[in-house]
Amino acid sequence: MMPRPVPPERNLVERSEILDAVAMTRVLRRMAFEIIERDGHDAYFVGIHTGGALLAERMVKLLVDGGEKRPDLGAIDITLYRDDVFHGLPKPEIGPTDLKESIEGRVVVLIDDVLFTGRTVRAAMDVLADYGRPRVTQLAVLVDRGRRELPIQPDYVGVRLQTTAEQSVRVMFSELGEVDRVVLRERSAP
Amino acid sequence: MKGPHAFAQKHLLGVEHLSVEELTTILDLGERFLEIAERPIKKVPTLRGKTVINLFLEPSTRTRTSFEIAAKRLSADGINFTASASATTKGETLIDTAMNLDAMSPDIVVIRHAQAGSAELLTKHIRAAVVNAGDGQHEHPTQALLDASTIRAHKGKIEGLTVTICGDIDHSRVARSDIFALRKLGAKVRVAGPRSLLPLGVESLGVEAFDRIEPALEGADVVIMLRIQLERKAGGRFPNTREYARYFGLNPRRLNLAKPDAIVMHPGPMNRGVEIDPSVADGPRSVILDQVARGVAVRMAVLYLLGGGSEAVE
Repeated sequence: MMPRPVPPERNLVERSEILDAVAMTRVLRRMAFEIIERDGHDAYFVGIHTGGALLAERMVKLLVDGGEKRPDLGAIDITLYRDDVFHGLPKPEIGPTDLKESIEGRVVVLIDDVLFTGRTVRAAMDVLADYGRPRVTQLAVLVDRGRRELPIQPDYVGVRLQTTAEQSVRVMFSELGEVDRVVLRERSAP
Repeated sequence: MKGPHAFAQKHLLGVEHLSVEELTTILDLGERFLEIAERPIKKVPTLRGKTVINLFLEPSTRTRTSFEIAAKRLSADGINFTASASATTKGETLIDTAMNLDAMSPDIVVIRHAQAGSAELLTKHIRAAVVNAGDGQHEHPTQALLDASTIRAHKGKIEGLTVTICGDIDHSRVARSDIFALRKLGAKVRVAGPRSLLPLGVESLGVEAFDRIEPALEGADVVIMLRIQLERKAGGRFPNTREYARYFGLNPRRLNLAKPDAIVMHPGPMNRGVEIDPSVADGPRSVILDQVARGVAVRMAVLYLLGGGSEAVE
């Protein structure tokens, strides 16, 4: 498989803001309630490290703040399961996988920040398979930017967006020392 | 293109030339890999399709098994060569063995050999990444890494600790690699043993040398006991093992000289009743079996870094 060239970070400039902090929280709250409405309180929120894990934490908190029962929360890291682990990803960093409750027979909702090619989600499903057999696995993403390379579709979507291959969607987190925002970026004109 | 914890080595031949960042990268990764041993399915697909050859031309059970498990948990295909089953017993030179292995296109070769420098020699005749699993009295880098990993886990840090390494320092590649690793990570290292087993000028490695065990143990945070390597003719350097045990064996009374929360380590295999008293080896301060568990994890980290190295670094 030929690796997809990763656009260098430094050449990207912000083109537009997709969500600001307030909108981001509103979208997350809606998705969280949608999930428990459809899957019940037994839904197991599992975030994909790093962005998805932060979003999953926030969604659980929004539910608790809204008076709902606290759902189970977990996180997985997919680094070791990527099909491009040795293609242009030289950063030898692996995040924690933390599934305290067994996923066996559960309704697992995978949560990620941006859905793009679908390769991350494919890897995440492989991770889950090594921990057990969920009854149902679903996918919730804050931004679906299209351009899939695998037959994967989300069950819950915050924002849907048409993008070009040269563009990049970036979710910023206050937990990581930035202002909560989602922005669309593009390579600057040469 | 390198991350904040870059690892730029193609091979792992020793600890001496690793940077603090590279050491820390391996240790941090090792912590992550530790979790895989707790899973229902103890395997990740990371090194699928990669071939790891374990070339063990000197007896070893623990290290070879540890590398083998590490490779299997990363889904690599592992092949073992041992001294008795290899052509070296039929008179083949190491260089010929290396060139023959190279023709089979392995991705990583793990070598244990009685000759210092053999791992480095291998790199000149082979395209694969080479991991030194012990070369003569030179280095045993993965042992030092697992020791550092164990200390860091039990003490929360390595910087500022006093580590006492006691026993056959002269014949010990573990002692050398441990000294390099622990000094780089900021520990104070003491070595202790009978004069006949302390190499001349060992202080030049930045350690304090003692010819009695008691003063070396005083106030130590970590005690690493080394095996008396009778097969390396250490036996001629002291009268007999009973006398060695009396003067240099770690027993509960001597361990009381170290800090109350000091941990006891041993790279194995132990000579119970010689360098270490069974009540210490099996006691509450012994972390010897944790070392073994961490051995698999740091070796996974090393295979992970080297297995992808050629594509990732260039």
